[in-house]
Amino acid sequence: MIEAVGLTKRYGKTVAVDNLSFTVEPGRVTGFLGPNGAGKSTTMRMILGLDRPSAGKVLIDGKPYAQLDRPLRTVGALLDAKWVHPNRSARAHLQWLAKSNGLPDRRVDEVLDLVGLTKVAKRRAGGFSLGMSQRLGIAGALLGDPKVLLFDEPVNGLDPEGILWIRQFMQGLAAEGRTVLVSSHLLSEMALTAQDLVVIGRGKLISQSSTTEFVERSTENTVRVRSPHADKLGAMLVDKGFTVREDTDGSLTVSGAQSDEIGDIAAASGVVLHELSPQRGSLEQAFMQLTGDSVEYHAELAETGK
Amino acid sequence: MTLLAVERIKLFSTRSPWWCMLLALGLTIGITAIIAANWDGSPMPVLGAVFTHTFGLYVIMVMAALAVTTEYRFGTIKSTFQAVPDRISPMIAKAVVVVLLSALVGLASSFGSWGLSWLLAEDNSDLALTTANDWRHVAGVGLVFAAGALLALGVGALVRQTAGAVSIILVFALVVESVIAFIPNIGDDIQKWMPFTVASKFIFGDPDASAIPEGAGPPAIGELSPWGSFGYFAAIALAIYIISLVVVKRRDA
Repeated sequence: MIEAVGLTKRYGKTVAVDNLSFTVEPGRVTGFLGPNGAGKSTTMRMILGLDRPSAGKVLIDGKPYAQLDRPLRTVGALLDAKWVHPNRSARAHLQWLAKSNGLPDRRVDEVLDLVGLTKVAKRRAGGFSLGMSQRLGIAGALLGDPKVLLFDEPVNGLDPEGILWIRQFMQGLAAEGRTVLVSSHLLSEMALTAQDLVVIGRGKLISQSSTTEFVERSTENTVRVRSPHADKLGAMLVDKGFTVREDTDGSLTVSGAQSDEIGDIAAASGVVLHELSPQRGSLEQAFMQLTGDSVEYHAELAETGK
Repeated sequence: MTLLAVERIKLFSTRSPWWCMLLALGLTIGITAIIAANWDGSPMPVLGAVFTHTFGLYVIMVMAALAVTTEYRFGTIKSTFQAVPDRISPMIAKAVVVVLLSALVGLASSFGSWGLSWLLAEDNSDLALTTANDWRHVAGVGLVFAAGALLALGVGALVRQTAGAVSIILVFALVVESVIAFIPNIGDDIQKWMPFTVASKFIFGDPDASAIPEGAGPPAIGELSPWGSFGYFAAIALAIYIISLVVVKRRDA
């Protein structure tokens, strides 16, 4: 279990992480979601004791990271798959890590096998593809058979097969009762991987909830209506206070209304309906809506893109 | 003890330390061999066999700086601090491994140079290590390499970038210390206290200055005794290294 309390990190005047409090429970994959520059990596570095918080604290099973005895046995992390000396072999990289926490050499072979790198263990890590580097990073995180695992953007740049592998792998780790925190800027990816979501923007907590709850709460529900009397129906719906948009094909998109309400109104005034279908907003839209104000660097979206 | 093994694995599982060590030995022993083979007219003194140790010293300092800066360059310092969050013990372990190794390379280079001079010099009657001073000229190279490596580790940990750390070390040792003597009036006095100048006094310094042949190498200048000179150089190295430990402990990794 990871517990952040009032975690804050300032760089000069910039506040990278702002009074952030959240908990990450064992036995579930928790997605750590936010746009680029939201402070996800900074937070993860603070969890691992690499960066010193300006205020607040973060505890792992009740202790700050620096007080863990042989910490790789408690916390495994993959923050950046490129954190390997390019001229060192995969095996040597894992060997020194294992040695530093008193883990037997045998464990190195076990994790290499687990991530499927046994055949290339003697090759220099600098020659690895991104997918292989990612696997090596995961092997490093798993060395100490830790209860808590942190992954920073683990699927970035991977091919679909690699993404699927990592997703299933993380779910497997959580199913074994471990605490798994995975950061991402892609809600669609997190919706498939994570059961819980901690969402941040500009270093501040936006929400902490289960993924389903988050998606339901934040996606805008609209109803698509096609009718030969679209003009008449549209006017009536506007009168009732709903937002109506006419699309290019003549259909209406109504927000703020349930499909049965619209059906009742249409029936009451004898308007013929050809289509009445509830629409679920996309996850991307939901995410944009929530974090829209908190994206640090963004280009104006074209009108049509909205 | 395990941390020493960790640093040993780190150092020897990449190629650059091997190249640096080979280069340090090759430069010192190789150039000494050429000097010895061409030494004629007078018996070759012990000092003649260790003039070249400074080349090796610079290369070994580059190796020591790299041992830290490559960790920053490739992010493995973060894995190191993740594995051992107190930060100080892995840095000390690294220093022990690198300093011991540098001392060994220093000894190999000076005794190698001396041995080859013995074989190649036309007249080696003065090369025998008979006095304590003779031993200091040769064996002292190991100590200077060790202290130099500690200094370079400190600079590397403070600067964190290979290019930056290596330039600082080389520009200081090769340019600043000699250029500073050109400052009118006070230049010579400042130069006398420059660390590398003082370190070479430890190797070359001799109560009997006439033992150094005319024009055969850098003059040994300085106010301190040879062993005092080493103490001064080692103290500067240790001070910079300790400052680097404090900074590493406080700074974000």
